[in-house]
Amino acid sequence: MPTDESQDLIDLTRQICAAQLAPIASAAEEAAQFPGDTFALLGRSGLLSLPYAEEHGGGGQPYEVYLQVVEEIASAWMSVAVGVSVHSLTCFPVAEYGSDQQRAELLPAMLSGQTLGGYCLSETQAGSDVSAISTRATASQDRSTYSVTGSKAWISHAGHADFYTAFVRTDDHPSKGLSCFVIPADTGGISFGTPERKMGLACDPVSQVHFDRAVVDSGRMIGAPGLGMSIALHALDSGRLGVAAAATGLAQAALDLAVSYSKEREQFGKAISEFQGLSFLLADMEAAVTSARATYLHAARLKDADRPFSKQAAVAKLICTDAAMRVTTDAIQVLGGAGYTRDFPAERYMREAKVTQIFEGTNQIQRLVIARQLLRG
Amino acid sequence: MNIVICIKYVPDAQADLTFSESDNTTDRLGVEGLLSELDEYAIEAGLKLVEGAVGPDGAASTVTVLTVGPDRAADAIKKALQMGANAGVHVNDEAIHGSDAVATSLILAQAIKKIGIPDLVLTGMASTDGAMGVVPAMLAERLGLPQVTLASEVTVEGETVTIRRDGDLASETITASLPALVSVTDQINEPRYPSFKGIMAAKKKPVETWSLADLGVDAALVGLGAAWTTVESFAKRPPRVKGQIVTDEGEGGTRLAEFLTAQKFA
Repeated sequence: MPTDESQDLIDLTRQICAAQLAPIASAAEEAAQFPGDTFALLGRSGLLSLPYAEEHGGGGQPYEVYLQVVEEIASAWMSVAVGVSVHSLTCFPVAEYGSDQQRAELLPAMLSGQTLGGYCLSETQAGSDVSAISTRATASQDRSTYSVTGSKAWISHAGHADFYTAFVRTDDHPSKGLSCFVIPADTGGISFGTPERKMGLACDPVSQVHFDRAVVDSGRMIGAPGLGMSIALHALDSGRLGVAAAATGLAQAALDLAVSYSKEREQFGKAISEFQGLSFLLADMEAAVTSARATYLHAARLKDADRPFSKQAAVAKLICTDAAMRVTTDAIQVLGGAGYTRDFPAERYMREAKVTQIFEGTNQIQRLVIARQLLRG
Repeated sequence: MNIVICIKYVPDAQADLTFSESDNTTDRLGVEGLLSELDEYAIEAGLKLVEGAVGPDGAASTVTVLTVGPDRAADAIKKALQMGANAGVHVNDEAIHGSDAVATSLILAQAIKKIGIPDLVLTGMASTDGAMGVVPAMLAERLGLPQVTLASEVTVEGETVTIRRDGDLASETITASLPALVSVTDQINEPRYPSFKGIMAAKKKPVETWSLADLGVDAALVGLGAAWTTVESFAKRPPRVKGQIVTDEGEGGTRLAEFLTAQKFA
């Protein structure tokens, strides 16, 4: 930890997680309840604004610290950690590309957690291929407003968010024709699809967001027209680190569960942890979690030092989420039949880990990013 | 409105608590410590009172937290400042080690006089380690203040403090003139978490550290030597022995009755 305050911040996060998140996570996931109260608590505690500048209400913390907070939250409740990462992503374009006026107007409410965001990038036909986006914003004659029409897919917080950071087409050019808007949720013409019936992360509601001639003030366009693709990809570099940290926290939770179970479960007259076959499995899990953490922290420190980190962020996303998949799967193995039941959280951890290999850029896309940068010039 | 809140740094109740081998006092060095949970209610009550109060002359309210304890007790002050208190006072002196409630109340009283008698002195209902719950009364006596104890609700109107004390049979409403001492129960509120801004702000808040000499307290009146009681010896509770499992093969009831009779429960 770089400072005493950041250690205090981690302590505070652990305290809130232990007292307020962990005790209700399993039941809330079972009931698929949106954790609105939990986001409000995190907002009040200043945990939704950590990586942003203090002048607009942010915490002014380096990514190295912010990501460890995300990791702590994830080990208590993965859906909430994903929500924190998504919300952070929705603030990014405004903080990095917004005008002074947009930052002053929009950021304080976003960063204090008074308003929660949704990130509208993907469409049913535009997943990994962002240039295939077809949702279109057409300027009015006097260019004071844009009319947005189209459907966004896989949108976290859909129907619960207060604003949507959306990437839409303002020109036909595949990559240079996209622009970024922050659209208030109460804009006329916005509706939502049926929530997706997902394998896990039940408390992270995901559905389509439909825009039907939704009229958005031109002042809500973030950055210049046509800059959307560049903003989206830049935001994803940071977003990937959030997912990497969350996946690491999830893996840590699975490891902790496996270790404590293995010390209590007895077979052949002794704790199963005393069998080398099992303790080696635990050792491999520990090695995976520790190396995952080191990988995302390395990328974060590069970012904090204003050095290029896009490749390392992709490496971190790949390594951490693959580690989470393996460690959560092995945790079920350690718990045996109990791990396969819903009476223990191991099977939920595994279901939650799977999506981390898919969202925020599939792990195949991460390899593409890494290879491209590796082989460039 | 000015408020002084007395807080205590105590061993974490979840840790393996023990006594020091050398002098049979609570071991405060070998275990992790923290701000006594019962004091968090007093801090929350104090912060709520000043948040709601606007002084007639527009003067700012001040919440000062006061602790008596070793170096590590500074952590309790830090937590209170992170929650929102304005200033801290830490009375720290080796001669204080082993002080009983009588001596502690003397030190607290002298420190409060040095801070300046506030409108309200707030305390928790007891500490989570000593758990005697007598310091509030002793402190009020030493300061000559009305003592209004075990509040599960507290309001201040003008020069009057009003509390509700919930008993088993009835709830009493008690009023006293300011300045007064109020102790609060764990039913009074839900203590807030520090916020990250609170953590950052706490760094800049003033904390004074005073010795017994600073307070004009004679070291002979406090500490282990001056305590009215001493712990002669201590022994750890023996570990629980494994229970006896009776498999019911038709005579389970009889076996149970035999067991209860043998243990003189029946």
